[in-house]
Amino acid sequence: MIRVELPYHLRNLARVGAEVQVDVSGEVTQRAVLDALEASYPVLRGTIRDHVTLQRRPFLRFFACEQDLSHDPPDTLLPESVARGKDPFMVVGAIAGG
Amino acid sequence: MSSVRVLVGTKKGAFVLNSDGRRQKWDVSGPFFAGWEMYHLKGSPADPSRLYASQSSGWFGQLIQRSNDGGKTWDAVDNKFVYDGVPGTHQWYDGTPHPWEFKRVWHVEPSLTDPDTVYAGVEDAALFRTTDGGKSWHEMAGLRGHGSGPKWSPGAGGLGLHTILLDSKNPGRMYIAISAAGAFRTDDAGTTWKPINQGLRSQYIPDPTAEVGHCVHRIAMHPSRPNVLFMQKHWDVMRTDDCGESWQEVSGNLPTDFGFPIDVHAHEPNTVYVVPIKSDSEHFPLDGKLQVYRSRSGGNEWEALTNGLPQRDCYVNVLREAMAVDKLDKCGIYFGTTGGQVYASSDAGDSWAPIVRDLPAVLSVEVQTLS
Repeated sequence: MIRVELPYHLRNLARVGAEVQVDVSGEVTQRAVLDALEASYPVLRGTIRDHVTLQRRPFLRFFACEQDLSHDPPDTLLPESVARGKDPFMVVGAIAGG
Repeated sequence: MSSVRVLVGTKKGAFVLNSDGRRQKWDVSGPFFAGWEMYHLKGSPADPSRLYASQSSGWFGQLIQRSNDGGKTWDAVDNKFVYDGVPGTHQWYDGTPHPWEFKRVWHVEPSLTDPDTVYAGVEDAALFRTTDGGKSWHEMAGLRGHGSGPKWSPGAGGLGLHTILLDSKNPGRMYIAISAAGAFRTDDAGTTWKPINQGLRSQYIPDPTAEVGHCVHRIAMHPSRPNVLFMQKHWDVMRTDDCGESWQEVSGNLPTDFGFPIDVHAHEPNTVYVVPIKSDSEHFPLDGKLQVYRSRSGGNEWEALTNGLPQRDCYVNVLREAMAVDKLDKCGIYFGTTGGQVYASSDAGDSWAPIVRDLPAVLSVEVQTLS
């Protein structure tokens, strides 16, 4: 079970709390977690990654275990403590705008 | 008794305003989708309880929301807008080719007859359609395939398709407008398109009378007379009597003919409303006086409507989507400002009052007349 923290607007959109849990079969990568998240909450499709390119939206970041994983290739393994469900994979909105 | 529902899109959420036919007391609900840019909301003429809304964010991209109960509750529908085939390029600000990239939905236009069919005007400019109530969207690629697409270039606000007019007398005919490409018409339900910009003159492009490249801000049509269109261009108020084949300037005695919205009285096809704005460099009313101008002669002769509108220290803008009319007698006129007021007139513009104020900047106003 992977823990995923979502930013405020995406929680409201998906009608969930701050954290959701998703199942990932196989290797726990950024891509696998986001695929599982979007499968569980289809309304999030296109809001974290572009529909076509599947690239991270520019004003979002991926954090875990006090590391910025935003620029890691999507098939990189996530930290082991995320894979074990100890630490959350965090989708974070950039501080910008007014 | 009839009632009126006003759908207001703002920079930080949507609001729904309801009143009975007297239009004196308004119930304000919202914000819906608080914190999101609500570019446009519009109800289905075929089923007034069915509403569609464009919701977007610089962080999270584009969503489309749908309500089946007049705006009380909403559900997100499909938000995948993918250009048909290889998207190709349009012209960038510096004149170089730039790949077509979807950014947002500027306008949603429900079909006149089918609540599940909706047209969406998007940036970068293209026309999409759903026929299943928003479960899937498909590009009507004939528009970008017209051939002039590589010459289209964005206005300051982007390359947005913002106006979609459906002809109730001719189901195959539709008009659209793009900033800054111009106006286009289809007579075969979107398969093929024709630029309809003859008569427009734009000093800010190399050839002022070019086939495309004009910054059309808004087009309005009275449903009883779909061959006649009124246009607020970047500068100039224009009119066509032949479905856009030729345009004539009808700015007449307007104090400035720059502006964004334009609309037509619900019962008088020759009565037109604009909101003059000082210039393309100063997007606020002349002399700090907010004035709607009305022509009862289809243009050229205009009168200032000021009763109830601020006549000093007013420096708001009124955006292209932010004016609408109801169908009651007398016709109600509504417009929203970037200062967060929505003004309404229940006497065709003779007098005005704010029906809500201090909202976030208003991006769009649409009105439903309910029986």
